[in-house]
Order: sequence, then structure tokens, then C-alpha cells
Amino acid sequence: MSNKFDLFDILIGKESDDDFKKKPVIIQGMTGSFGSTHTRLMKEYGTNIVAGITPGKGGQSFEGIPVCDTVKEAVEGTAAKISGIFVPAPFFLDAAKEAIDNGIKLLVAIPEHVPLIDSLKILEYAKKKGAIMVGPNTPGIIVPEVMKVGIMPAKPFVQGSTAVFSRSGTLMYEVSHTLTQSGYGQRICFGIGGDPINGTNLIEAFNLVRDKDDINSIVVVGEIGGDAEEKLAEYIISTNFEKPVVAYVAGRAAPKEKKMGHAGAIVYGNYGSAESKVSNYARASVPVAKRPGEVPDLLTSRLKK
Amino acid sequence: MILLEYQGKEIFSSYGIKIPKSHLASNVYEAIEAAKDIGFPLVLKSQLMVGGRGKAGAILKCRTEEEIKQKFEELMKKEVKGELPKSILLEEMADIRKEFYLSFFLNRTKRCYSIIASSQGGVEIESVKDRIIMDVPIDGITSDLASSVANDIGLAGNEKIAFIEFIQKLSKLIYEKEAELAEINPLALLGDGTFVALDAKVILDDNALFRHEDLKKYEELSELESQAKENGFSFVELDGDIAIIGNGAGLVMSTLDMVTDAGGNAGAFLDFGGRATTESIYQALKVISKVKKIKTILVNLFGGIVRTDLVAQAILKAYHDNTIQVPVFARITGAESEKAREMLIESKAKLFNTVEEAINAAVKY
Repeated sequence: MSNKFDLFDILIGKESDDDFKKKPVIIQGMTGSFGSTHTRLMKEYGTNIVAGITPGKGGQSFEGIPVCDTVKEAVEGTAAKISGIFVPAPFFLDAAKEAIDNGIKLLVAIPEHVPLIDSLKILEYAKKKGAIMVGPNTPGIIVPEVMKVGIMPAKPFVQGSTAVFSRSGTLMYEVSHTLTQSGYGQRICFGIGGDPINGTNLIEAFNLVRDKDDINSIVVVGEIGGDAEEKLAEYIISTNFEKPVVAYVAGRAAPKEKKMGHAGAIVYGNYGSAESKVSNYARASVPVAKRPGEVPDLLTSRLKK
Repeated sequence: MILLEYQGKEIFSSYGIKIPKSHLASNVYEAIEAAKDIGFPLVLKSQLMVGGRGKAGAILKCRTEEEIKQKFEELMKKEVKGELPKSILLEEMADIRKEFYLSFFLNRTKRCYSIIASSQGGVEIESVKDRIIMDVPIDGITSDLASSVANDIGLAGNEKIAFIEFIQKLSKLIYEKEAELAEINPLALLGDGTFVALDAKVILDDNALFRHEDLKKYEELSELESQAKENGFSFVELDGDIAIIGNGAGLVMSTLDMVTDAGGNAGAFLDFGGRATTESIYQALKVISKVKKIKTILVNLFGGIVRTDLVAQAILKAYHDNTIQVPVFARITGAESEKAREMLIESKAKLFNTVEEAINAAVKY
């Protein structure tokens, strides 16, 4: 866990920077159908995509963005520190390693179905080289109305002062949408990922925004499986986390020992159960919404306190 | 993928991990043949994914052929936590000197592999106070680490050497086969000083199966599950009569919770993933149409870039060719939702503005 890592510095920079809000981003796997659709949408949203990487397609271009064979070529002359990885899961390990080797500091790992050992290997490698990974199996990161690296639709998000961290993609959109409708814009929304191993976990995500004055509250969208919510509750208590936090936990009605769509969403005995998460949140005085639509009301009452 | 005991033991055996002499039987004739090879007394072990078999009476000792005849049938009919066995493992009775606990698992919290070991085996590990937890480096257990685990559970001399060898084999298996868990409870120290895995609970990483041809045989999917898998859907069959379809596992789980809160019973969970096309929604409806007992289909689709008229088209197609007859209650946000509403106006499908309204309609139907 590194507090020195400033996510906003990497994502949008400081006002004094020449490229403030225009930090260069590369996309690995840009020319696939998935990668190309979202490259176009990210560019429309304002993300400064400077190059794409598809081995064997170097020299081509897409939407005016040059395609390179290697990350090395893509980074040369663009100074990109952020990579959105859109390659299929079996190629993730090599792609992520190549990115880290060439100076990428923030990996946004979109693919689902990455083998766990590959995630562990990349995580260890990233730590060694001073990089962080978000995901895998994440919709990505959005700084509303500024930029996004990921696959989320633009519509649910507006600028504001809440941070949303979510283990699920569509629920991140759904919850942000209800927040937006109730007048709560978001400073940043960030998909933790639906896998058992997350490059950046909830506690690390909290650390990244803990000292940010322009963030006044946090909404955590969790689900059954693992003990990320339990550990987060411990962290909130032990570090006296001051910003108001509201949570949602999906999967209360899910059967045990069944993988509910996400590789990480599985309950063994009481481990990973919704009851365990809700009761731990209660100890940390974090209210838990019964459904996504209830999140804004809970936030309103927490902010009043 | 959770493996059955005999499957886990097959893998153990291929790594030189000692297992008791055993045979699998799916009928009583096979069982009697197996007993001739194993000898008496022996144990019958129901092959189930769920834990707590011993407590539930799904592991029985037999001394005679007569006993096998009677107890085999009994076990085949015995449901544990809703699960019926397809086969029974017959196993020799080991000459146990002492029982231990050992597991190697993917530690989600610490994001590494960890070992739990205890000198108290054969009981539920959660209830054991005297246990040690150690983290293992990504490239496998070192002999120093294995040695310290052995010390901590009170082993010395030749027993310690045998244990270190055992745990190194297990470590190799975990990394090579990409398992999330290999739990041995009990791990038995026999009279002859060797260690033997009396039980095996192995969970494999589904996402790594593409590079393990040899493990694919353990994947037992129902017809519907394999159909769903071919289409890239996540699908879980449940007991109720409302089928829930949506884009995104979290959203479908959340819908399942709300259906349950509203007094409904979900009969299927289907996440069709990130890309909604007419064809993918149609295929999802096709899978759902084969689930028994379904009275209504609830669609919760939070789109952004999804064109809802394409979804409406899929629903119309499924009604048109009689793939589905039951009503569809849908909440679909996204582009072209007015057009979608008009397209469906004459059909048995109804669009709602909020998921709560769609759920209420489905539950009341």
C-alpha cells in the first residue's frame, strides 16, 4: 500500500502541467472489435489516446490514432504512463508485463477470465516496478466530464464530489446513475474488479482518495465473496476514516457455493456471505442500502450528520 | 470448479502424493467387485461437493459384503444439503497413528498463496485454535518454509522429512494445475511413518482451464450450463419460477435480491455479459426457455451503449418462433428506448421505467 501514489496526478495531472486533463493514454488491443468500439467512445469523452498497440498492425491508424507493434514504440515520444488493456484474457500476462517494462505506471486491466496466477504474477511485478493495476475484470476508471479509461457508458456520470468504488461493472453504472439523478455528482468512479484477486483493492482505493479535499463522500458497491468488505470495515474503524461512507452489497439472496457470474462472487459457509459483510459494516457505522435506488437517501442522511 | 474427492485424489496421485487404496463405484455390483480388491474393513464415501459429509452420515464403515449391499444403496439415496451423489468411493481403512490438517489456498485478502496447517486433523478447521497460517512465495514453497511448517505442527526426525516432501509435492501441484485450493483433512501419519491424504478437496481455477487439457474432463456441465457457456453467459439454475436476465453479474445478483425481497422466487440467474446484441439476447431467452417451472422472465438491462430496439427485436423473435410463451417484464435503459416500447406494445412483453416496477409486475403475475 503506497500513499505516495497519487491517482489523480497520473490520471489528470496538476493545473500547472501543460497536459493537465490531457494525460496521454495508450490502448493495448485497440484494433479488436471490443477495443476499437471503446477507443472511439473514450476519445469522444475526452481521453487523450495517443497510440494503440496490436502486434502485426504497426503503421496503421484508427480514428486518427496511430497503431504500433509494441508498447515501446507507443510510449516513445508520447510519454504515456497509462495503459488501457483490452486484450483477451490468455494474452493479458504478456501484455501487462510489456506495459510495465516500458514505464507504464497505471494499468487498467479490462479483460474478464484472467487466470488467477497471472493476476498474482502481474501484481507482484507491478509492485516491484512501482506501477499499480486496476482490475482485472473491471469496467475501468472514469473522472466524470474529464476522461475515462474503460468501457463504462458516459451517461450515468456527472462531475461532483463523491467517489464510487465498485466490485461490479453495471452496478457501478446503476448506482452512479441514481446518485446523478439525486444531485450527487462523482469525482471519480473506479471498478475494483469482479475477480478474487484485485490489483487495487478497496482499502487501497480508499487510501488513494483519503486526503483528497475535493472528495466529500464515498460509495462502495460490493458483492458476496471474499472478505474485502469485512477488511474495509476494519480499516474504516482502525484508521478513523473521516469521510462519510455508504455501502451496497449485492447477492443477499444468492445460493451458497455457486459462482454468481463473477469469479469472485461465491460464498463458502459464512465466508463471503452478505450477512457477514453487512454486520461488519454496521460495526464501522457504514449504512448499507437494500437496493441501488436507496443509496442516495442513505448518503443524504450520512452527509447531514 | 470444485472437484469431487476421487477427482482430487487422482490429481494427488499423479504428483506422487500417497492416497489410500480406493475404487469408485456407481452401482452395488461395482462396489462388491471393488471390495474384493480392497478387503475388509473398508469405508464407503459418498462423492459430494458439499462439506460436512462425515457429520451428515455420508461416510460409512463396512465389514462385510452384506453391509456393502445395504449401505451402498442407502448412501446413493442420501441427500446432503440438497446434493445427491452419482458415485461412491470405496476406500481401505488406513492404519492411522495421528491426524493433521493441511491446506494450500489462494489468499484473496493477502493476494498470495497461503498454507494452513494444524496438528489437529479430522475436525472442522474453523473450530481449531491450534493452527498456523503462512504465506507462500509465488514460485512455490521453499524447503525452509516447509521445514518451519513441520516444526510448528510438532514434527521431527523422519516424520518431518516425510512431511516436507509431502508439502513440496502439494505445492508443485497447486502451481502447475492452477488450483485455488487443495485441502487435506485429515492428513494422516501412518504406522509406517508415511503421510497419506485421507480426503481431498480441490478447487481449480476455471479461468485457467484453457491451458489444462487434462483437467477439462472434470468439468461436469448440465446441458443448459454448457449451452450458456458456449454463448459466454453466466448461468445458475435456481428453484423458483422467475427467470432473471441482465447485463452484468452484479446487476443480476442485485435484481435477484430485490425479487426475493418482493416475495418472488427466482428460477434462473443469467448474465449475458457486456455486449448485448439481438442474437445474444435471443440466445439467452432460448436457454431460459428450457428451464422448467419458469412463469415469467424479468429482464434488467442497464445499457448505455446498448441499443434497446435490438433487445426488443430479440424478444419479438423469441415470441414469433415460439421459443418463449411466458410474459417478459423488462426494465431497459439505453438508446432508442421509446422505439423499443412501441415495438413491444402488441406483444406479451412489457417495458417499465424502473426495475422496482418490473419486479413488482413479475412477482404479482
